Amino acid sequence: MHRLLLVTPFAAVAAFAADAVAAAVPYTTQVRAIEKIAHGPVNPWVALAYLVSGVFFILALRGLSSPATSRTGNRFGMAGMLIAVVTTLVTHVSLFNSEPCPESQSSESFGIIVDCQVDFPSHLFSFGEILVAIAIGAVIGITIARRIAMTSMPELVAAFHSLVGLAAVLVGWAAYLNPGAFGLLVGDSIGAVSKVEMGLGIAIGAITFSGSVIAFAKLSGRMSGSPILLPARHVINLGTLAAIIVLTALFAMAGPAETMPLIIALTVLAFLIGFLLIIPIGGADMPVVVSMLNSYSGWAAAAMGFTLGNTAMIITGALVGSSGAILSYIMCRAMNRSFISVIAGGFGADDSSAGGGEAKEQRPYKQGSAADAAFMLEQAEKVIIIPGYGMAVAQAQHALREMADMLEEKGVEVKYAIHPVAGRMPGHMNVLLAEAQVPYENVFELEDINSEFAQADVAFIIGANDVVNPAAKTDKSSPIYGMPVFDVDKAKQVFFIKRSMGGVGYAGVDNDVFYMDQTMMLLSDAKKMVEEIVKALD
Amino acid sequence: MDFISILSIFVLACFVGYYVVWSVTPALHTPLMAVTNAISSVIIVGALIAAAAAEVAGAKWLGLLGIVLASVNIFGGFAVTARMLAMYKKKEKK
Repeated sequence: MHRLLLVTPFAAVAAFAADAVAAAVPYTTQVRAIEKIAHGPVNPWVALAYLVSGVFFILALRGLSSPATSRTGNRFGMAGMLIAVVTTLVTHVSLFNSEPCPESQSSESFGIIVDCQVDFPSHLFSFGEILVAIAIGAVIGITIARRIAMTSMPELVAAFHSLVGLAAVLVGWAAYLNPGAFGLLVGDSIGAVSKVEMGLGIAIGAITFSGSVIAFAKLSGRMSGSPILLPARHVINLGTLAAIIVLTALFAMAGPAETMPLIIALTVLAFLIGFLLIIPIGGADMPVVVSMLNSYSGWAAAAMGFTLGNTAMIITGALVGSSGAILSYIMCRAMNRSFISVIAGGFGADDSSAGGGEAKEQRPYKQGSAADAAFMLEQAEKVIIIPGYGMAVAQAQHALREMADMLEEKGVEVKYAIHPVAGRMPGHMNVLLAEAQVPYENVFELEDINSEFAQADVAFIIGANDVVNPAAKTDKSSPIYGMPVFDVDKAKQVFFIKRSMGGVGYAGVDNDVFYMDQTMMLLSDAKKMVEEIVKALD
Repeated sequence: MDFISILSIFVLACFVGYYVVWSVTPALHTPLMAVTNAISSVIIVGALIAAAAAEVAGAKWLGLLGIVLASVNIFGGFAVTARMLAMYKKKEKK
């Protein structure tokens, strides 16, 4: 049998489902599925092409280890995707006919078997439709990518995650409706193992979709960023998750006639749980949510990869899944929050009581002018700038870079110190500074620069607050206690640009840095203040 | 491919992912998310198969819609990553 099957039927099972499947799938079904694999034709060239594609994706991420190699990495990613798509397009032809080919009619070129019974008109018609679909997506995608402001990256990424999730749901459903095309038939129904993988793929995809839609709405301000807390939400969420697992098992065991209501219920519940999981999470926890959804979109792709037996999808899913998980971990660590407490939600809901309640007494602070700041900056040998998201909101990054350039011309050493949660997603502040043409060698991470504050003449805080709050080190009752912060109190001088003394940071706590002897408060709009300093430096 | 081979690929890829992602410089975490977004749209492979198979109209349309969604992500993801990476510059030598 020379008919090429792009998608091999197989009895694979995601590691996380192994136990459930072992319990749910009758032994005979497993054996039958495995037999089918053993006999199914796998074109080694096609399998190899997907493997190359997967390796290119690994290289794409590897390239990101430094800005210098990152652009090459991105090209590897594009090449990997091109290989995967072209391989599928070239080989999908054979999926049209369900009759085995007579040996004589199939031809082979470069090892890829061209199908024997190509129905050309219908094939070309399909091909045209596919190209149109790709073109529509390309135009939309490229237009968005060109126009998006760098400050809006978090919501763009959330929106993109939702698309991956929805695509996974669609592919899962398509595989359910037309299992023959995906090579999933064992006898005349879908193999039980394939059904578990399909069910998981649809569920994870749907959670990714609805969760990302909520994250997008919150990040873009279309929905209040504050947590929405339902009564008994933990019971509801756990119950829904349990129901999804039970439904997946029932779906896998059900006879062909009974599967439809189960998969519909599974899909609906998964959409619901995605929504329920994200609405109670708000404010400062959003970077964790975005990273977590990144991870989910990867697991969704991996589950689909298991269904299709496609190495490119499995490798990619594993990469993206780990990537999102690591980023979530980094974000949690940077806020000293446990992953569980982020998921449980509600952060920011009780902040009003923590911030507003007690300490309302006025404490003395020193206020300075742009001219004072400019004079002292000029005298300094070393200045460390700590930008926060407030700087980006005020659009002060270009003025800030101009100020740093002028100081460098005067022989002052200028460095930027970035806290992992400085932006609204991992690495966001680095992108915003890069956009303002700050050279990346001048930008340092928290752990790399924190020891240098003792030698710094000026710590220049602009739009940041919680990340310099010493309460994180000393005050056990503070909501930000345990969060790693910059040791700005070790610097000889601290300049703190802030709109007024009233507002407090995300966490809603007072900051002792305002009242230190060496602190000079520069109360103004960040952009206006920096522009005035630039003028004074001239 | 049998169950064990495919599971092996998955598990090993998770380890590769773990080490590769830890070696990504924190400065590039946002491009990392954008590019992982783009590559996870390799799920388009499934959508292409569904759209190419003509027998079941419903599956075909789901496949075509999946292609559109995944393409937005692929082109958008790689383009926005390229746009971000182009901004990371070294200090100009004077």
